[in-house]
Amino acid sequence: MAGKTLYDKLWQQHEVRDNGDGTSLIYIDRQLVHEVTSPQAFEGLRLAGRKPWRVDANLATPDHNVPTTDRDKGIADPVSRLQVETLDQNCTDFGITEFAMDDIRQGIVHVIGPEQGATLPGMTVVCGDSHTSTHGAFGALAFGIGTSEVEHVLATQCLIQKKSKSMLISVDGQVGEGITAKDIVLAIIGRIGTAGGTGYAIEFGGDAIKALSIEGRMTLCNMAIEAGARAGMVAVDDKTIEYVKGRPYAPKGDEWQQAVSAWQDLVSDADADFDQVIHLDATTIQPQVTWGTSPEMVVGIDARVPNPASFSDPVKQEGAQAALKYMGLEADTPINEIKVDKVFIGSCTNSRIEDLRAAADIAKGRKVADNIKIAMVVPGSGLVKQQAEQEGLDKVFVEAGFEWREPGCSMCLAMNADRLEAGERCASTSNRNFEGRQGQGGRTHLVSPAMAAAAAVTGHFVDVRELN
Amino acid sequence: MEKFKTLKAIVAPMDRANVDTDAIIPKQFLKSIKRSGFGPNLFDEWRYLDHGEPGMDNSQRPLNPEFVLNKQRFQGAKILIARENFGCGSSREHAPWALEDYGFRVIIAPSYADIFFNNCFKNGILPIVLDADTVDGLFKAVNEQEGYELTVDLEKQIIIKPDGSEISFDVDEFRKHCLINGLDDIGLTLQHVDDIKAYEEKRKQVTPWLFG
Ligand code: SF4
Repeated sequence: MAGKTLYDKLWQQHEVRDNGDGTSLIYIDRQLVHEVTSPQAFEGLRLAGRKPWRVDANLATPDHNVPTTDRDKGIADPVSRLQVETLDQNCTDFGITEFAMDDIRQGIVHVIGPEQGATLPGMTVVCGDSHTSTHGAFGALAFGIGTSEVEHVLATQCLIQKKSKSMLISVDGQVGEGITAKDIVLAIIGRIGTAGGTGYAIEFGGDAIKALSIEGRMTLCNMAIEAGARAGMVAVDDKTIEYVKGRPYAPKGDEWQQAVSAWQDLVSDADADFDQVIHLDATTIQPQVTWGTSPEMVVGIDARVPNPASFSDPVKQEGAQAALKYMGLEADTPINEIKVDKVFIGSCTNSRIEDLRAAADIAKGRKVADNIKIAMVVPGSGLVKQQAEQEGLDKVFVEAGFEWREPGCSMCLAMNADRLEAGERCASTSNRNFEGRQGQGGRTHLVSPAMAAAAAVTGHFVDVRELN
Repeated sequence: MEKFKTLKAIVAPMDRANVDTDAIIPKQFLKSIKRSGFGPNLFDEWRYLDHGEPGMDNSQRPLNPEFVLNKQRFQGAKILIARENFGCGSSREHAPWALEDYGFRVIIAPSYADIFFNNCFKNGILPIVLDADTVDGLFKAVNEQEGYELTVDLEKQIIIKPDGSEISFDVDEFRKHCLINGLDDIGLTLQHVDDIKAYEEKRKQVTPWLFG
């Protein structure tokens, strides 16, 4: 009999019952809660007269609607304010721990879970947010759910799930200097497409993935959903355990020893069978820049904007045409000639301390170019912000002409005041370049933090390796 | 949840691949703490010529005459046909809430994003997967024939075309059962309270650190 994949192991450990109809009842160890997808779930709970099954399994924070400037003045938009206040109220009413807007531990859910050790190896982690896949970086089974499922988890601590197929994406060899987890994951999406992982749980493996830091692995798993997979994961190794150690919610003392020995097994067996295996050569990956309105519309910095005529599939051809029109780009333009108007460094993909260090390395001693209207850096949490300030990164950014903001989702999806105006072009470290994502008519190019900083200081896309 | 058995309705075509949840319901409308009222803002950025914000009187806003759902012939449509990877992007359940509030009960496409697909069933919408060629055939028929209607019979798992011919489709047993009976998942899961408790007891022994 073939061995088990990491996904098989996580699934089996959490299967409460096999329903016999192709679905199973799966136990959920951790639910992260934010203000946008939870109000209707709490309302449902109230209407049915139900209580949360396990209050301590939930952790909440507001992130999407919070302002990134003048925090002490509160939220100006009354609709946003009501949503955040509703979360505060629901957490108080049901006794759920919340890192509220004025708490230093507040931040983007997918940043604070791992930061607090609230995300642990071997857990099932859910959140009413598609980028919950981020937490798979710890050898956890983590996936986004809808609001009805948020309510289901609150009420029962379980979800009714159908097991996905398994896919191994092996990134073989080592990436070159200056190539980051973001470039790896964009290259993967460029290869398999935004629906390539649909119906699969993806495990990322291979030497290039083993070499990534835990934060890099979070960036990678974060964008598994952009490849269509609800869950992305990386096997546990010493780095995982080292990262978790000593965090507030991590096990302590004897339980720590017990946990560590259990976590050692969170790898796919050598003889495990995957439904699909894809190999990618790490050495060929260049710094990536998206040119269109879907993350799969991506090329290396040394390439040109593709010509729609070069796609044989008519649906893809039309898609490319529409994307170029929306993006205001001519086919065959060299990527490094594209000028940008705004730069956004942040989001659950790239707002951790290593991301900020990488961007600051490029910003240091340079100035934001004249054609850039605004370049902003939005740390992923209050604690990331504090750490960056201790390292003096805020000063580096401010001296170079960047704005240093308060933590939150910010211009990743522009639910707060940070947004693109119609026609503005942005180098962004976020995860989605959909039409209107960063503001109606706004044009998003997804890049790594270093590439975003490089675009800020030169005014256009440039190979970050030329600046090093 | 409203029960779903059969539906005969006008079909509207959404002829783009990768229609994402930001397009289905733009983020500014996600600030609502309610579950209803999203219909007028379905496809807001494509549907209206101005920029929509919550609280606007949508009946006064300028419609984009080019947008398919604004065309007279598709008024009252309850079935939407779409291309690959419909509903990709975020987990927002506001997307199916908006589609349902607008009046759609069936979507037909070659593929969907997983979370969106799942969310549809929880809101009384039946997302049907058909192969790309069959969907393409439906697009042609809808474009050629004004007032094109389909009948969807969930019990028999068939779509009946105006000429009487049938297309069969697959649907998970469990999801079909819930849709037909209008069942709520939470109620079903709570029938297994003993199993959940037994599982927790067992896990507390093996992984005590997961129980704070
Ligand atoms: S940073 Fe962006 S992608 Fe991440 S949770 Fe916030 S809005 Fe979603």
